[in-house]
Amino acid sequence: MSRLRRKTPADELRPRRGPDSPIVELHDVTKVYPGGHVALERVSMAISRGEFVFLVGPTGCGKSTLIKLLIRDLDPTEGAVMIAGRDVAKLPDKKIPHLRRNIGTVFQDFKLLANRTVYDNVAYALQVIGASRAEIREKVPETLRLVGLQSKVHSYPDQLSGGEQQRVSIARAFVNHPPLLLADEPSGNLDPVTSIGIMQLLYRINRTGTTVLVVTHDREMVDKMRRRVIELYEGRVVRDEVGGGYTEESTTEFGMRMRAEMGVGVEGHTNGGVDDF
Amino acid sequence: MGRIGFFIKEGFRALRRNAAPSVAATVTTAITILVLGVLLPVFFFTQRTSEGVREQLAVKVFLYDDATKQEIGALRQRIRGLEHVRSVAFVSKAEALEILKDRLKDPGVLRELNTNPLPASFTVKPDDAANLTAVRRELTPPGPDGRPKPISGIVQNVVDAQETANPIEEVTSKLKIVLILLTVLLVIASVLLIGNTIRLSIYARRREVEVMRLVGATRWFVRWPFMIEGVLVGIMGGAVAILLLWLGKLIVVDPLADSFTLIKAQTDTDLAFPVLVAVLAASSTLVSAIGSGFTLRRFLRV
Ligand SMILES: Nc1ncnc2c1ncn2[C@@H]1O[C@H](COP(=O)(O)OP(=O)(O)OP(=O)(O)O)[C@@H](O)[C@H]1O
Ligand SMILES: [Mg+2]
Repeated sequence: MSRLRRKTPADELRPRRGPDSPIVELHDVTKVYPGGHVALERVSMAISRGEFVFLVGPTGCGKSTLIKLLIRDLDPTEGAVMIAGRDVAKLPDKKIPHLRRNIGTVFQDFKLLANRTVYDNVAYALQVIGASRAEIREKVPETLRLVGLQSKVHSYPDQLSGGEQQRVSIARAFVNHPPLLLADEPSGNLDPVTSIGIMQLLYRINRTGTTVLVVTHDREMVDKMRRRVIELYEGRVVRDEVGGGYTEESTTEFGMRMRAEMGVGVEGHTNGGVDDF
Repeated sequence: MGRIGFFIKEGFRALRRNAAPSVAATVTTAITILVLGVLLPVFFFTQRTSEGVREQLAVKVFLYDDATKQEIGALRQRIRGLEHVRSVAFVSKAEALEILKDRLKDPGVLRELNTNPLPASFTVKPDDAANLTAVRRELTPPGPDGRPKPISGIVQNVVDAQETANPIEEVTSKLKIVLILLTVLLVIASVLLIGNTIRLSIYARRREVEVMRLVGATRWFVRWPFMIEGVLVGIMGGAVAILLLWLGKLIVVDPLADSFTLIKAQTDTDLAFPVLVAVLAASSTLVSAIGSGFTLRRFLRV
């Protein structure tokens, strides 16, 4: 179906300038929406391969706008957005699907296909890259198990809770193991237990080598995560630092620490499958 | 009550939005294919009759009785060398009399003549009906005084059947133009209505399309389902038309063919029914593919 050449994800978003070049770079990016609203103003940042980064800030500060720029859903008004050393604005239209296949995106509003089951929603991300049926049959259940949705395979999005829809969205973003995962408010409106479960899942994905950028306005949680935090305020970067002693830890350690710090009991539900490894 | 009214209204709105355009497109395609299905055999038929008329088109070159064998032979060579001449056949005085005798119901009339009054002649056939006048002009080029003069002294007279042939040609070609125009209009209507169906479908699924694009679907990956939807509408219309034609053939044409050999010969030789069906099925697919392809290019520039 696809005219684009298939490559393994590991092959993709190959650095143009050596292995240590950032996977995401923004150079003085300004985004002015039609009508004159300045959503982002001279934003610069660089995210290295394998990093786990939080993007925080109050509502309306431009977080989703930044995500949209990264997948070229929007074009910057000024400045350059680079993915794996390539200027996204200079990609020919034909290459845009290719870019998006290599960036798993969890959208703030999930963007699930309403008339397809959970299974088919996740499978769609594989179908667009021309995956074989065998591959789909193998990877979709595997990924749904990872996000703990194996019992909802045949449900439709409107039969799911918000948290479940969010996890379908994560499964779809991750099913073809993209080198870069963007998650826009993946724990928005969720209770602390489920939030931690989702953070733990993203952390686990990060530990497979995927670069993860998580958008959230939950500053309390972010402060306790001890990961790099970039904070936006009214479209500007006001903070970019590694919070509270960045340490290597296993997903289980991470989960236990998070639960303790957030004051959630260990015996609280485990978000199916996230812990069992 | 208000609730039921609301549901009925909603139901009708959904029907108007989705079913009505598809039904309209299907019906229009069916009519187009139906007209095409009647038109194609008619076309073949008129083509054939006008070919029959063409077959009879010829210029007759009547000769003086005193023409010698050599003169006749030379003239035959000369006429053969003219442009647009397909064939030259010599009809001697005696043969002309025989032909006349065959045509007359009462050959006795001729017995009263002592001599044969009929001249010998050449029957000159043009390579194409349209070139009849050209051939005639070649046979009677303008003389020194500017008036047409036969190319040879032994030629008595040059006559052609143009006057009788032309009205037939005119009628069939006018009929053809009308039929072609009708088909063209119907094809345009089908293309537009199928396009409209697809457009509404795109509109109904615009959110879905956006999501597909955001997860990395290529343009054509998104377009294909719509394309197929359009082609299905076309094929449905085509199937309805073919079914009607088939019924028409069973009920009207076949019984007639048994009693009229002309129709029988027509249906047997010119355009076999399976061939017609194949052509119609292909046309309906093509028309709907064009309709949806055109619309997708215009309205799904995702
Ligand atoms: N399509 C648009 N046209 C005009 N203005 C827009 C558009 N999309 C967003 N904005 C404005 O740009 C600003 C940033 O929007 P954005 O969606 O990036 O915020 P956000 O940081 O994601 O907020 P939230 O935390 O609520 O999701 C907001 O003030 C918003 O009103
Ligand atoms: Mg947002």
